[in-house]
Amino acid sequence: MFNYTFRWNQAFNALPRLLEGALVTLEIALLSMLIGIVIAILLTGCRLSGNRVLSAIARTWVEVARNTPALFQIYMAHFGLGAFGIHLSPYTSLLAGIAFNNAGYLAENFRGALKAIPDTQTRAGRSLGMPPIQAFRLIVMPQMLRIAFLPATNQMVWAILMTSLGVTVGMNTDLAGITQELNARSFRTFEFFAMAAVIYYLIAKAVTLAARALAWRMFRY
Amino acid sequence: MIEIQNVRKSFGQLEVLKGIDLTVNKGEVLTVIGGSGSGKSTLLTCINGLEPIDSGRILIDGTEVHAKSTDLNKLRRKVGIVFQQWNAFPHLTVVENVMLAPRKVLGLPKAEARAIAVKQLSHVGLGEKLDVYPSRLSGGQQQRMAIARALAMSPDYMLFDEVTSALDPQLVGEVLDTLRMLAREGMTMICVTHEMKFAREVSDRVAFFHQGVMMEIAPPAEFFGNPRAPELQKFLSATH
Ligand SMILES: Nc1ncnc2c1ncn2[C@@H]1O[C@H](COP(=O)(O)OP(=O)(O)O)[C@@H](O)[C@H]1O
Ligand SMILES: [Mg+2]
Repeated sequence: MFNYTFRWNQAFNALPRLLEGALVTLEIALLSMLIGIVIAILLTGCRLSGNRVLSAIARTWVEVARNTPALFQIYMAHFGLGAFGIHLSPYTSLLAGIAFNNAGYLAENFRGALKAIPDTQTRAGRSLGMPPIQAFRLIVMPQMLRIAFLPATNQMVWAILMTSLGVTVGMNTDLAGITQELNARSFRTFEFFAMAAVIYYLIAKAVTLAARALAWRMFRY
Repeated sequence: MIEIQNVRKSFGQLEVLKGIDLTVNKGEVLTVIGGSGSGKSTLLTCINGLEPIDSGRILIDGTEVHAKSTDLNKLRRKVGIVFQQWNAFPHLTVVENVMLAPRKVLGLPKAEARAIAVKQLSHVGLGEKLDVYPSRLSGGQQQRMAIARALAMSPDYMLFDEVTSALDPQLVGEVLDTLRMLAREGMTMICVTHEMKFAREVSDRVAFFHQGVMMEIAPPAEFFGNPRAPELQKFLSATH
């Protein structure tokens, strides 16, 4: 029978702690995106390099990141590397796992964006006397950014939500970790998780809206 | 002066230019006609070094285009090219499209680059469209913008590759008028075109390309009035 009584007081009292956790969540998500973007650019470069080994490595990365559960990717960073004597803290393994995932998705996104820009754009820049790198920077990259921007925003939201998988490797300072801990102590499971869910939702929405506003400002054409 | 000396060029097995010899003098307007696949576009992209050649030489004011020591980026400032596909940079406004290379390639200050861009855009009749994005322009306007963009580098030579072929018929005239204006102003140019009337009017000489060979070159009166090569006779009767 349904005999659970809602008690929101405890949950509301814990709000400051939950918000602290939310900051850690946001921090991990942002860092994982920055690292992911840098690696994705390298992976994209490798795939286009024409070098067989480099492009095979990059392709494998993308395949694994996109076709295995994010949970396993975080486990691998924590327990998998542990088996080789590399022991990462929960924070670092969570960050590494999500960055790995981000890099794979973003690399695919960047490659698609790049392919959407016709060679003739580069050629037009080159015929105006631009060296290849300048033509890429001034003509191809801005157009590529626009195409890649919204999918990258989705990946950022996804990264925020993925941070909650950190509890499985002992992460206890992010939003999910703190929620879990409070829950274990108080057994107000529904209240704490509902509050946490609302906070996740609000962060994700805020990121999406901020990205949309930014896109509107940056891409006027 | 553009000097083309016995230039050969193949794509794989296909020989596209079979020993082209051609000199274009300062101030001259040369139009090039010929069937599709005869090597006209390839010749233009070889002239500004976008494509390598297999043998022969191309000299621009005495500088060998395909020599290792030649700085192609520098050379290309002297030789503007406009393609059939106008290739507007969609992320930049019209004036920014035209300012980009003067600023970033020539290193001019922003105000000066803008002044040049405004001047060139007004010159091709786009003085009212400075701050719109290319997607708002018609094909003819975009093509004129591409011409202004090339002219903003103050080139000594202009190459035009079928710049009206992708346009709706009613937009062809405005672009041809721009070319006529440039010709009158004394620009040295090579125009690949299918517009016979235009070729007859503006050219100092007309050249006919057929399967990688330049079969005929003559002043327009002679070229159209008394074509010698049977292939050219056939080509002209087919297009008239
Ligand atoms: N990049 C390329 N790779 C392979 N073949 C090409 C390339 N560019 C042109 N060709 C071939 O070279 C021939 C001449 O092309 P092109 O110079 O464009 O002719 P035109 O401009 O006179 O129509 C055509 O058969 C074309 O298919
Ligand atoms: Mg052509």
